[in-house]
This record gives sequence, C-alpha cells and structure tokens, in this order.
Amino acid sequence: MSNSVKQTRREFIKVVGISGSGLILASFIPFNNVLANVGDDPKIFSPSVFLKIDSNGIVTIIFHRSEMGQGVKTALPMLVAEELEVDWEKIIIEQSDADKKYGNQSTGGSTSVRRNWEPLRVAGATAREMLILAAAKKWNTGTSNCYAENGFIINKSNGKKYSYGELVEDAAKLPVPTDVKLKDPKDFKLIGKRVHRVDTPDKIFGKAIFGIDVVVPGMFYAALSRCPTFGGKVKSFDAAKAKSMPGVVDVVEISNGVAVIADSTWRAFKGRDSLIIEWDLGPYANVTTEDIRNEMLKHVKDEGAELENRGNINTNIKDEIKLDAVYEVPFITHAPMEPMNCVAKYQNGKAEIWAPTQNAQDAQNETARVLGISKNDVTVHITLMGGGFGRRLVNDYVVEAAEISKACGKTIKLTWTREEDMKFGFFRPPSMSVLKGSVTKDGKPAKFYHHVIAPSISQMRFNKNLKAEESDIADGTIDLQYQIPNLKITGTLIPTHVPISWWRAVYNSQNPFAVESFIDEMAYAANKDPFIFRKEMLPSDSRLANVMNVAVEKAGWQVGKKLPAGKGMGIAIFSGYESYCAQIAEVTVNNNKLKIDRYVAVIDCGIVVNPDTVEAQLEGAIVFALSAALKSEITIQKGGVKESNFDDYPMLAYDETPVIETYYIKNTYKVGGVGEVGIGACAPALTNAIFAATGKRIRRLPVKLI
Amino acid sequence: MPKYKLNVNNKNYNVTVEAGTPLLWVLRDNLNLTGTKYSCGEGLCGSCTIHIDGKAERSCIVSVEEAVDKKITTIEGLAENPDHPIFKTWIELEVSQCGYCQPGQIMTLAAMLDSDSRPSRKEIDNTMSTVLCRCGTYHRIRKAIDKIVEEKQ
Ligand code: FES
Ligand code: FES
Repeated sequence: MSNSVKQTRREFIKVVGISGSGLILASFIPFNNVLANVGDDPKIFSPSVFLKIDSNGIVTIIFHRSEMGQGVKTALPMLVAEELEVDWEKIIIEQSDADKKYGNQSTGGSTSVRRNWEPLRVAGATAREMLILAAAKKWNTGTSNCYAENGFIINKSNGKKYSYGELVEDAAKLPVPTDVKLKDPKDFKLIGKRVHRVDTPDKIFGKAIFGIDVVVPGMFYAALSRCPTFGGKVKSFDAAKAKSMPGVVDVVEISNGVAVIADSTWRAFKGRDSLIIEWDLGPYANVTTEDIRNEMLKHVKDEGAELENRGNINTNIKDEIKLDAVYEVPFITHAPMEPMNCVAKYQNGKAEIWAPTQNAQDAQNETARVLGISKNDVTVHITLMGGGFGRRLVNDYVVEAAEISKACGKTIKLTWTREEDMKFGFFRPPSMSVLKGSVTKDGKPAKFYHHVIAPSISQMRFNKNLKAEESDIADGTIDLQYQIPNLKITGTLIPTHVPISWWRAVYNSQNPFAVESFIDEMAYAANKDPFIFRKEMLPSDSRLANVMNVAVEKAGWQVGKKLPAGKGMGIAIFSGYESYCAQIAEVTVNNNKLKIDRYVAVIDCGIVVNPDTVEAQLEGAIVFALSAALKSEITIQKGGVKESNFDDYPMLAYDETPVIETYYIKNTYKVGGVGEVGIGACAPALTNAIFAATGKRIRRLPVKLI
Repeated sequence: MPKYKLNVNNKNYNVTVEAGTPLLWVLRDNLNLTGTKYSCGEGLCGSCTIHIDGKAERSCIVSVEEAVDKKITTIEGLAENPDHPIFKTWIELEVSQCGYCQPGQIMTLAAMLDSDSRPSRKEIDNTMSTVLCRCGTYHRIRKAIDKIVEEKQ
C-alpha cells in the first residue's frame, strides 16, 4: 500500500506541444482511472534518480530544482522525456525533496537548463538503451534491430513491440551502461517545441499549492517581530497582552526576534502587534543611505584594484576626445508577490520543512545547524514559489520557522507580511561606477576605464577577507566583448552591514547599465550612430553582433536617423550566462513625462528547449528591470529600511508596460542561460532612448527626468 | 466570539472569528480556499481579489462582517467552469509565470467583463493597472484580454 501513498503525491499532467496555430489543452487524466490500472505492487525500473517506470507503464520524471515561474518544471522533464522516447502527455512529474543525490539543486544563476542539459538527457537515454536491450534479449535479436518510440520498443524486422511497462522487470536486472549515445539535435521531437507549462492549469484555477498555502495536520500559525534596525536584537519583552489575545497559544523568543503562535494567520499577526518589545538597536542604529553613499563617494577619485587590463590606458593619443562620468544605482529588493513563509515541524529530534526555497539543500543544512541535529534528520519539501528572483536563495525564513517550531513544540507555518518582506530583505547592493574613456578624432574607440565601487555579495556571504580581485562586483563589466585597444577595469569593495544578496542577474543588473550607457556617450562623442559604433567594436561573426543586427532589423532602427521631437530609440547589448541579448527601446518624452512605447529584445541562448518560456522570461525580465530602472529604491534610515509596501516601493503596472517583441536565434550552440539574460541591456536601452529623445543623460537610477 | 454566516461559491459556512478579521484570512485559514492570495494586505496589489455580489473586491481590506449576506465568489468558484474564456485564453497564451498574482488578475478581469463585455482600452487599462504582477506578465495579459474581447464581438 505504500504505493498508493506515493500515488497521491503524483501530479497528473496532460499537455500538448503546440505548433503553428493548433493550440489545444487536453483534459486532465482523471486520477482514479490511473489508480485503477495500477497493480498493488508494480515493479519499478529506476536506473537513475531522475526517473522511474513501473510495470504498468507509468513513467515518472523527478523534477529536482525549484519552480518559481521560470518554467523549469516543464523544461527539465522535457530533457528526460526527449531521450526516453515517451508520450509527453502521459508522464507524471514529481517534485523532489532536498537530497544531495540529485547533485546541485540550487536554483539560481540561470543554471537549471544548462547545468542539467547533459545529466538529464543521459538519464533518459540510459533508461531507453536498457529498455531496448531488454527487448532485444526477449526477441533474441540485436539492439540495432530495435528502436524506442512513444513508450514502446519496436522490432524493426517484424514490427512487434513491447510497452515499457512490459520490459520493466527485465530492464531492471541489466547493468547500467555508462556511455550511452545522446540524440542528434536534428532528431529532437520535444526540445524546441512550444510545450504548455505543466503547472499552468492548477495555478490559474487557484489549486496550485505555494509555500504559503501548505496546510499540515495539527499546524499552528506564527508571526515574528524582528528588530527594526540591522544588527539590533531583543533587550526585553512583555508578552502578557499578546498571550491574552484570542487564539494565541504561545509566545517564544528565537534568535531573530519574538514569535507569536496562534490558531490562524490573522490572530498571529494581531498577537505579534500586541507584543511590547524593548530593542537593543545595535551599533548601526543611525545609519542612513547617505552614509553608505558617502562611503562610496570617498573612493571616486581612487584608482581601485586592477581587475582587467588591456593595452595601456595611460598611453598618449593625439587629439583624442576624452569623456568621463559617474553612474550610480541604489539598494533595491526582490519583492516577490508571495511573501516569505515556511512550514516547520520539529519533533523527537527530527525536522520536516515545507519551503518555497530556491536552495533546498541549503535549507536542509541550515535547519540542521540551527536545531543542532544531523542533516539526515531534516526533510525539506520544495513547494511552488510565487516568484523568487534570488530572494529565496537565502533561507533565513526557513531557519526562523525551524527555531519557532522547536521553541514552541508545535508544527507551525510562519508567514511574513509584505512590510516585513520590504524591511528584512537581502538587498541588491548599491554601486557607483566611475567611467573614463576616449575616442579618436576619426571616431574610433581608444580608451575605456571602469572603476566599480560597491559592496560585495561574495565577500559578505562567504569570506570576509575577500579582496576586490576575487570578488563578484565587476561581473558584467569584466571580459567585455568590445575590442577597445586600451581598457582597464578596477574595483573597490565597500563594507556594509546591510544584508545584501543575489537579485536577478546580480551585478549584471548594474554594471551593464554603466557600461552600455557610457559606450553610448562614447558613440555620441565619436559622432557615430550608437549601433554602428558598437558594431565596429565587435567581431562581425560574433553571436553578440548577430543579436544586435537582428534587433536593429526588427526594431526598424535607421542609422543616423533623427526621430521626431520627443521620440527616441536606445540600444544596448549584453552577454552573460553563456547567452547573448540585444534590446532596443523606443520612448516618447513629452513635458518630462516618459512613455515607453516598445521594446525589441533578441536572445541567442543556443539550443532553445521551450521557445514559449524563453520568450516569457525575456518579457518578464524587461518588466522586472524596468521597475528597477524607473521606480525601485530601498532607503536606509535610522538603521533600517524606510519602505514598507507597494505604495512606497512601487513596481511597473499594466498600463506602463510597453509593447514587447521578443525573438530568439535558432541554432545548435550549447544551451545557455535565460532567466537573467534579459536584465542587463534593459535599463541602458531605456536611458539611451531617453537621451536620444531629450538629450538628457540619465546616470543615476531610478530615472528622474526633472 | 461572534459567528458569521458566509455564502462562498454557493455554499454556506459558519465561521467564528473576531469582528474585523479580513475576509482574506477567513477564506484562506478557516475555509481553506487558498486560491485567494495574500501579498500586500493593504489593498495595493489585487492578489486577493474576489467577487462580492459580482463586484471585484480586495478581500484583504473587506472585513468578515461586511461580507455577511452577500454572495462571495473566489477563484475556486470561477474555476467550476474551466471553459470560461479567460481560463482558455490564459492557457492558450501561457500568460502565467509564477502564477501567484493570476487568480487576482483573473477575478479582476472576470468582474470587468461581466459588467461590460466590450470594455474600452481605457477602462481595461484603469482596471488592470491596479493588479500587480512581479513576474511581468502584463504583456501577455494584454494580448489575452484583446483576444477575449475580440472573440466576444
Ligand atoms: S493582498 Fe489584498 S490587495 Fe494586496
Ligand atoms: S505571474 Fe508571478 S506575480 Fe504574476
């Protein structure tokens, strides 16, 4: 009967690949029908941790990363299914728990598809080859006389076939081959097709279970009061009033503050609001954004530690036209629509966690650490996520929930409010970029110098002694593909106590803004069309040049053409995550009022697994990056965050969203990243367009026109 | 402790909660209708949108007592008809990303289309611009709405 327990955790999906106009969503496979077909004890064939086939022919693909809207719960199983030759409409996709047997489960850095491209196809191909061998043996024929198709092994000479289910027992006895042959990309049947997302119907019908929706029998609800300043802590507290509130069952202190446990979320919130806490505000109680900015400003005249050096930036060039500028971006936060939350159950030295986490193995380790138990005694169930964008790579909310569960001896769901999400985030660090450059009088680039001044995430999170040379702060400006004869990149690390972390694209959200804006300034100084100026700096056969050429064509960019007053087009390009992206923004500025009319984005991410999700990720990245460019700023005041909700930390709305056209390049290059690739070029395309429209150069985000 | 009689998706419920409890939390915690989402709690984002007597309302700022004797519909209620043109178009165009804001988007749109099957672009803009989506699905929402409105004509 253990089997039927497993069955209930399975998710039945039925999706149809779409091509051309024929878009159909087939109805779901009724749950009971499938159960009826399943014997009491089906044999299981599972040559890899990523899939299992039972003797009833049911194929289950294990999804081991985290789905936060980027579509990998569809894309990764597609990789297995492609090689396995199964009917995509009939597979079951099962979300894994945290377990190192799956390898790296951390869902960040646009890595899910490119890091699993080979292992998951190998998993599918291995099973396929074993099923072929099992069938060949039954028929007493050679494997070359057999092939796999749609869940069957077919005998070429007589057309007979075995279903996978019929071969499970025999295949399970075979040794697992180590050198299977993968399909030639030209033979792909699923990869490259527009496949419907497996989780869409549940999400739009309100049935999908996000972390915040998890209900575990006997569960209570928790809310936590945290110190309003970074680095502060509880001095003393009075829980009497909170304890007298309806539904409140306990009040406990944990390392991050004081938690109220109640029989509903709202009662936990109300109880938490009734706590009387005296805080020790800690050493940073008076810190403001200006203090941190002044710290960066101090280094604007410094040289910075050398990170990259080509040619000689100090060489003398006759009649060079020099320019310099300082670019700057603020702290910002992720603000996914689903606030942080976690269900934790600590009992008898074992913990069970249900978490919307991008980093499940870290959640497992962190829970074990804080509870003082072995990580083998921690089970982490990964739930769907209402957005992640990097925020859920840090498992602070999991640690809090685990501590609360242990302290009160109950299973609890900790839910953060939006206000807490704004104030207790892990922020995208601010940065300042000092740029100096020159062009020759015949319009060629001569020098480019970029000094990045910023707090380092890798320094804060991994190694306090990290030097600028070893840090992450210059990502997005190091290794530029532009062929500029004299180039130097330097960096200065700024210490900060404000928690910082990875925000979609990380430093690729800020450095390309400075670089691509300044390149634009250089183009104007050289009296060149910004597209032509860039094109002349790139090898003509490069993939980056190619996406730019395609974007120019799609957007109708006309070299040297001035648009009517108040209108402008801006171009910017980006390479990273083994992919390439060009974007062209078209804006209208009237009386200092900005309207973004259109974005054209072209991506080359090598082989495309699911075109529809690639396009969706580009569209989403543009809206996300535009919110940051136009609206987002986290202000530190009195040692904490001033912003509290979507009224003072607004985001782009429906009517402000431009028409977005996305294109991808069809090729068979190695699979590249997608989720973060659309961020880098977005802000500079916008501000370059604003310059083209108004002559005003935006050097500080968020954009202010007056 | 006060008792409230609620009619949600054509079913009657009795709940015992304090006066002033937002309907959102009653739906989610007491009735386990978790399709209605919490995101801002201040009426700023629209994730928690439901219908009260056919009108789109933000359940995080409607108190339980205000909902008594009214007809409440949540996304689960709307989904009793999975062939609703909104659902079909949403799937066809793959509007959703993380999906968290989508029940709110859909409930907001459904109420608008119920009151006016041929809304003007301005009306659509004004209504839909109050529902936030951090994943940035606006572009596809627009396409979907255009398609639904066009097909109605
Ligand atoms: S949660 Fe109700 S409007 Fe945001
Ligand atoms: S789809 Fe993720 S917030 Fe809208």
